[in-house]
Amino acid sequence: MNQRRSYFVITCIAFGFAFLYIPILSMVVFSFNASKLVTVWDTVNSPSLKWYSALLQDDEILDAAWVSLKVAVINASGSVILGTLAGFGLSRFTQFRGRFTFNAMTTAPLVMPEVITGLSLLLLFVAMEQLIGWPAGRGITTMTIGHMTFSMAYVTVVVQSRLATFDSSLEEAAMDLGARPLKVFFVITLPIIFPAILSGWLLAFTLSWDDLVISSFTSGPGSSTLPMVVFSKVRLGVSPEINVLATLTIGAVTLMIVGVSLWMARANRSGKIAA
Amino acid sequence: MVALPYFWLVMFFVVPFLIVLKISFSDVDLAIPPYKPLLDWVGKNSLAIRLNFNNYAFLFTDSLYLNALANSIKVAFISTLWCLAIGYPMAYGIARARPATRSILLLLVILPFWTSLLLRVYAWIGLLKANGVINNILIWLGVIHEPLTLLYTPLAMYIGIVYSYLPFMILPLYANLEKMDWQLLEAAEDLGCRPYQAFLKITLPLSRNGMLAGSMLVFIPAVGEFVIPALLGGPNALMIGRVLWDEFFSNRAWPVASAVAILLLIILVPFMMWYQSVQARESAGAR
Repeated sequence: MNQRRSYFVITCIAFGFAFLYIPILSMVVFSFNASKLVTVWDTVNSPSLKWYSALLQDDEILDAAWVSLKVAVINASGSVILGTLAGFGLSRFTQFRGRFTFNAMTTAPLVMPEVITGLSLLLLFVAMEQLIGWPAGRGITTMTIGHMTFSMAYVTVVVQSRLATFDSSLEEAAMDLGARPLKVFFVITLPIIFPAILSGWLLAFTLSWDDLVISSFTSGPGSSTLPMVVFSKVRLGVSPEINVLATLTIGAVTLMIVGVSLWMARANRSGKIAA
Repeated sequence: MVALPYFWLVMFFVVPFLIVLKISFSDVDLAIPPYKPLLDWVGKNSLAIRLNFNNYAFLFTDSLYLNALANSIKVAFISTLWCLAIGYPMAYGIARARPATRSILLLLVILPFWTSLLLRVYAWIGLLKANGVINNILIWLGVIHEPLTLLYTPLAMYIGIVYSYLPFMILPLYANLEKMDWQLLEAAEDLGCRPYQAFLKITLPLSRNGMLAGSMLVFIPAVGEFVIPALLGGPNALMIGRVLWDEFFSNRAWPVASAVAILLLIILVPFMMWYQSVQARESAGAR
């Protein structure tokens, strides 16, 4: 390959990654700054863990984190069930009535602007409450339903793309040997697509944990999520605690992603040896 | 098997849009919820339907809404071009890297995508504000003496959108370029094509679907973006997502907010259908 162009590509990659990572690294660095003026480095007292202990004593943030955690866990588990069924249906049954509509319904939430989804869900909940009295008021339940609606779309894509490269002769062999469809699903299909389901769960968890817009529309009084609290703080300007929160989030995400990819790389390798 | 997710999506994705459509034709009311019913029993046996087109008429008479809509489309379009310009060389470089390097680079693209959007946008406030990192460095270097106004400008908003949506451009482009048969390039060069000609004649046309998919994934949500203009754009950043939010939360004008949502949807649905057909072509090509 031409040397000059490859230097060009390498420079682009370097600048691109600098663009992606400088903001993230700046938050990490300034989370150790003792000064209240977030971006002005206090050379005397820094680095310090002052704002870390401040964050751990901030009840508003801790309460909101607890709400977010509950919503994210229920959402991830529900979305995985719905998304796996949808992904399985779309890749296994290529011909059924309403497949086109179904496919459109599972891809639309991926690109739909969140303000539209949020508004429409809220209006649905208000109308349902008037008609049948459920859901009474808005809070964790309505937020979770809202999150599941867009998270399941992501799980569907992940599961569907895993099933697209899946050798269905394994399932056929099991059925030839007399296994019932349900047994085939649990003994053959599920273990093979398990990595996809796991990454779908983690993705759904993260989407819900980070969501601001749909939560704002569908939450009620007393059920503020972490992004809602962060947003109201950030609107007033930078806050040293938010840098700490960002650093902790980035640390957790990095550990999780690296862990899962190492685990998957190992699973892939042993899978190849067995096959 | 698909009955459960099908039912769920109809119930919580399709029906809500019908309700938005309905409320966009309602009158504003000082009640909870703040709109009047569409259907009314008049007397004993007659049902009156009252469709109120005022909300839509209002959108077209007050220049705020159409300006916001035009501005949103412009901002989303320019941001998409920037994402393409930055993302294409990155996706190309990743696809041509050695397998071990490739998975690390890919991981580095995915990592910010998993980190909260809100926190990553917030990081730019710290970089761009008057006594922020960029101004401090420029003053320290002696390039400028007074801090530049960077935050709460259109530039800040563009940076925020391009920054946040870049992974959505890189990932589909990478998925497309990864399947490319690079021997075609070698063949073209053997036959006397210069590398840039081979790139323009082979790589670029073959990656068309990847570019389209990535562009849709950036453009469609960016048109309705709320968080980035609200945090980085300043009070003059007129974006339709923000107008919808303010109508709903500040003015409690639910019917007007619904009409804005319907208008936005009418504009975006063709793009969504385009995206779906690109996706269908792409997965058909994979088999």
